[in-house]
Amino acid sequence: MRLHQLKTAEPSWVREYEGMLEALKQAGGDPSAITSGKFATLVVSANKVLAKSELPGIHFEAEELPTGIHARIFVEPGTKITKPVHLCFGMLAEEGVQEIIACYEIGDDAQVAFFAHCTFPNAQELKHLMEATIRVGKNAKMSYTESHYHGPYGGIEVRPHAKVFVGEGGKFMNNFNLIHGRVGSLEIDYEVDVGKEGVAELVARVYGTGTDRISVKEFIRLNGERAKGLTKTRVAVREQAMSEVFTTIEGNAPYARGHMDCTEIVRDRAIAKNMPLVIVRDDRAQVTHEAAIGTVNRKELETLMARGLGEDEAVDIIIRGMLQWV
Amino acid sequence: MKVSNLFVWQGRRNAMDDILLKVEDISLKRNGRYILRQVNLSVRRGEIHGILGLNGAGKSSLAYTIMGCADYVPDEGRILFEGNDITHLSITERARLGITLAWQEPARFEGLRVSTYLSLGMKEPDRTRIMEALEAVALPPSAYMHRFVDNTLSGGERKRIELAAVYAMRPKLAILDEPDSGVDILSLDDVLKLIKGMASNGTTVLLITHRDEALEIADSASLMCQGTILYRGNVEQVRQYYAQRCKLHPEMLKSPG
Ligand SMILES: Nc1ncnc2c1ncn2[C@@H]1O[C@H](COP(=O)(O)OP(=O)(O)OP(=O)(O)O)[C@@H](O)[C@H]1O
Ligand SMILES: [Mg+2]
Repeated sequence: MRLHQLKTAEPSWVREYEGMLEALKQAGGDPSAITSGKFATLVVSANKVLAKSELPGIHFEAEELPTGIHARIFVEPGTKITKPVHLCFGMLAEEGVQEIIACYEIGDDAQVAFFAHCTFPNAQELKHLMEATIRVGKNAKMSYTESHYHGPYGGIEVRPHAKVFVGEGGKFMNNFNLIHGRVGSLEIDYEVDVGKEGVAELVARVYGTGTDRISVKEFIRLNGERAKGLTKTRVAVREQAMSEVFTTIEGNAPYARGHMDCTEIVRDRAIAKNMPLVIVRDDRAQVTHEAAIGTVNRKELETLMARGLGEDEAVDIIIRGMLQWV
Repeated sequence: MKVSNLFVWQGRRNAMDDILLKVEDISLKRNGRYILRQVNLSVRRGEIHGILGLNGAGKSSLAYTIMGCADYVPDEGRILFEGNDITHLSITERARLGITLAWQEPARFEGLRVSTYLSLGMKEPDRTRIMEALEAVALPPSAYMHRFVDNTLSGGERKRIELAAVYAMRPKLAILDEPDSGVDILSLDDVLKLIKGMASNGTTVLLITHRDEALEIADSASLMCQGTILYRGNVEQVRQYYAQRCKLHPEMLKSPG
């Protein structure tokens, strides 16, 4: 494994870095994206920046805090970063706190796609808190794909919170995935303000088992004329897991269009809730929602079982299909 | 009766008693009404056995009962597979013994790719076999392997993929519930060729249909009417009775079932 970007030679941190890359692989990611040196990357374990590499037009500033970091990620106006930017947050420790205070500034007319890998493979009593402020400039485009891996124990509390401002003609797409391993306790809280002709799309896919607790709160305010907002939520809960999905879209300007789409699968003693809220303040705006909560379709299940799959295995395949299918 | 058919049929009969599937006096009630009434059926290993019947005759219900679907636990009777009573086994257990079903209206799956779907019934995923199965149902593998088995497939495409999945699985017994419905007439020949292909791979086929021309490839057949099997035996005879709209015929009453 190439470690040329590693900022420290201290053996324990080298091991930490390798361990995080290994966990990334377990979560279905490709560690070579981080190690190849071809992409802009930032790797943070606990409160330590382990690796950092920039490309022209994108800059990372990071300051270590007692239990985390304060990061500023800046994309210069007019820059199109064509290769994905890989961020890696996490820690191998079983317990502790990681707090990421992040500020993303995407300049006017810039374009960037982030892939954030958040890995906590051994979590037994861990907290991961993310407070992000995201500004997407005029006609800028930012996508943020966040894939989490929390290991098999469920001893983790994860709170990704973000306040997002999408400028005129800007586009923000968020894609949150937590479908491998346990969830633990998850509280997603996103608030997005969308300006004139801007677009915000929030997609979340989560698979909860055991005693996992999932809360997804998403709030989109369509403040500018012809602003568009979409939330797509796919949640599956099994065993005693519980999920609550609260989504709100406000249509506050002429011709704003919003839509909320939530599908949840429940099995065993799990509980799923969905509360979409529509607020419209302009009679030319329109916000719609659709929700379906139910168990796995019997015929789908029996079709897979007739190929020799066990019931649990069949349920898993159907759920994973539903989660991927967005 | 075609002489050649008679010959084949009698030839099999002599070699018989290698009964793969035996349905004994199966009855199934819904809301106090019989959907299946004392159904008796024997299918010999290696044969293609046709079940012909009008809409509502109970063909699909019989298929689900043999497969072991949740709502189709018989009220009476038993089902034997290779001589063992499987009446109380789950679908999974029956499938692992080598029974599978191609649904009349197959389910759709979000996010499940054709290649994955076809590999589910195999012990080890085998790309060559998946491609072979798609070719066998006249779907170009390059165009279909990576599609999803969801509602973007047309009805006919979905049915072909269902048949391909059974073909790729190579079960001991394939219950095909109207494999010829929803596929265009031109390709009926393709479907029949495929079923013959399954049989030559060693699969015994229970071919459910309401199109009597599909029975051309069958070695033997049963006529189903109002939840029961009226006649079992010779294909030509079954086709004739069917053409008379299952009218009770003195000879049928004599048939051993
Ligand atoms: N769950 C059910 N509740 C009530 N009646 C049922 C149920 N399932 C099937 N039936 C009835 O049982 C009869 C047999 O149905 P089945 O689907 O087995 O017929 P089929 O021979 O497969 O017909 P087709 O050729 O139309 O597919 C029909 O009259 C049908 O309405
Ligand atoms: Mg039917």
